[in-house]
Amino acid sequence: MQSVADSPTSAAAEINRNLTAEQKIAFLRDMFRIRRFEQVALKCYNQGKMGGFLHLYIGQESVAVGTISLLGENDHVITAYRDHGHALAVGMSMNECMAELFGKATGCSKGKGGSMHFFAPDKNYWGGHGIVAGQTPLGLGLAYALKYKGLRGCCLCYMGDGAVNQGVFHESLNIASLWDIPVIYIIENNQYSMGTSLERSSAFKNSLSERAEGYNIAWDSFNGEDIYEIRAKTQIAVDRAHNESRPSVLEIATYRYYGHSVADANAKKYRSAQEIEDYKTNHDPLRIWQKTLIEEGVIDEATAHQLDLDAKHEADEAVKFAEESPFPTEADIFKDVYYEVDNETGSGKRGKHFFND
Amino acid sequence: MALINYRKAINDALAEEIMRDENVFIIGEEVAEYNGAYKVTEGLWKRFGDKRLVDAPISEAGFIGLGVGASMLGLRPVIELMFWSFAFVAYDQIVNNAGCVRYMSGGLINCPIVIRGPANGGTNVGATHSHTPENILANVPGVKVVAPATAYDAKGLMKSAIRDNDPVFVMENTLLYGEQWEVPEEEYLIPLGSADVKREGTDISLIAHGRSVLIALAAADILAAEHNINAEVVDLRSIRPLDEDAIVQSVRKTHRAVLVDENKPFCGVSAQIASMLQEKAFDDLDAPIGRVNTLDAPAIYSPPVEKLQLPNAQRVVSKALTVCA
Repeated sequence: MQSVADSPTSAAAEINRNLTAEQKIAFLRDMFRIRRFEQVALKCYNQGKMGGFLHLYIGQESVAVGTISLLGENDHVITAYRDHGHALAVGMSMNECMAELFGKATGCSKGKGGSMHFFAPDKNYWGGHGIVAGQTPLGLGLAYALKYKGLRGCCLCYMGDGAVNQGVFHESLNIASLWDIPVIYIIENNQYSMGTSLERSSAFKNSLSERAEGYNIAWDSFNGEDIYEIRAKTQIAVDRAHNESRPSVLEIATYRYYGHSVADANAKKYRSAQEIEDYKTNHDPLRIWQKTLIEEGVIDEATAHQLDLDAKHEADEAVKFAEESPFPTEADIFKDVYYEVDNETGSGKRGKHFFND
Repeated sequence: MALINYRKAINDALAEEIMRDENVFIIGEEVAEYNGAYKVTEGLWKRFGDKRLVDAPISEAGFIGLGVGASMLGLRPVIELMFWSFAFVAYDQIVNNAGCVRYMSGGLINCPIVIRGPANGGTNVGATHSHTPENILANVPGVKVVAPATAYDAKGLMKSAIRDNDPVFVMENTLLYGEQWEVPEEEYLIPLGSADVKREGTDISLIAHGRSVLIALAAADILAAEHNINAEVVDLRSIRPLDEDAIVQSVRKTHRAVLVDENKPFCGVSAQIASMLQEKAFDDLDAPIGRVNTLDAPAIYSPPVEKLQLPNAQRVVSKALTVCA
């Protein structure tokens, strides 16, 4: 992969030209927070403090931070199971996210969703979905609702490169184009669908996003290691959604340093150690952004280091919060199943809803 | 009271709810300009236009998922499946997304959708178009399933389903669309989770849902006329939530039960009812519970033979006589 960090065009794009120093530093802070949150979570996972899966986003932080930084009041976000980065980028707290990983009642989903199912509707964040491409028609529906209500907005629907071969994604693309739905599909192409490389899983000519051509949807394919590039290219799609109510498909090249999940026993077998090392050394989005900001004189080495330390401290504090929080009770198993039951409405009180006895 | 057919009763329910709530819209294959594959939505597109009646491409997973996503932002989609048999291509959206999103979000997100369409055999369309998945879907905590047997119930249940804040799946029946019942002109609702005794009796309870209720009623007539047996017919109307009290109350009175159910026998709705009755009304039963289901094989095409495969009044009478012997 060629580095685009030195590309002057993206930095000069209007959406980037107007960034304040504070905003630029916030992007770095957000990326440190995602990375430190996940590193700490990984440590806790390995200590047996949480169950299930843990799909780490480390290496891809610039994609969530860069794209989400463009959104406004009526713009929405939905993603797949590798969802921690997007959750923190929309403004969810480390505490509620860490507690969810620990299966605690103070978690964002009260310990009922786990790693793959973070939600924050108050921040326009609709999950966190475990089935590959299962979220693609949901993102379509969120954007459909915006249009139905006459709101000027869009939905960013993230997915991995493995999701492009699911049928429902293609059904969603067809409908999005047919009905002019302001949804933006963002394929975070980290080059592996679990242990199967892009070349071994997808048929394509030049890029995955080019498939959108067949649906008459605008598409783009670009490097995801530089925040300026991501923001410049994604803004075009956001404008298209806001101004023309048209969908887009963006493929953003990125890389995950860890396995598909922590349980991925072959994480270092289906790709070489050199490949991973090359990304960490030459294409790491945090290093690249930090270097950019130092060169621009926005930040110095020491301040950047402090941001990193703060992020680590915040993650450690989140672990304390999670550890001290209570688990949900056995009675909680039956809450949040039915709205009408929880709210004790007439409908919720009539007939049997649960069949335990 | 006016006689109105089952199809028109649903059509009226949809029209009334479209007028009542600006967030209600109908989406599905051929629901708008074509007037509905089974004409359930006839005339609605002309009355309410493109925004409220949406013709979808043949992409059940796509448009059901779209409905789930739209409902998360407060819309109330009523999604038509041309056949419930087509739900299987959208199973992930129905079960994982509609069924689980409230739970997995710790109650932060609701999914007030309705999915409706016919779920029945008996029309010689072969195994792939004749499924009755109410038992399969009712197995998913988080969703609700109703199966109206009459026009009156169809209208009242449909309106309640649309107003409900949880996903509700309405199982209709192509063999009933043209059948007429008395339906009042004034507005009414039938709450989910309430069964209805369609015929009072003292000797045996015939418990059924959907079109099987009519079969049970026909069987009850034969039992009365030819065998001096006074059968009570309990219409479940709602599968989940289930009105267990009404079922147990009837069996406590009659002491005998035959369950009539178009599901295949294995884990059919009647299997759940039988399990519940042996636990809650064991001492009230004077005989083992009998079941009449669709014969346990894929739906056969051959028209005269398919009639034999489905529950029918004669099979119900035979089973009732065994239980009453």
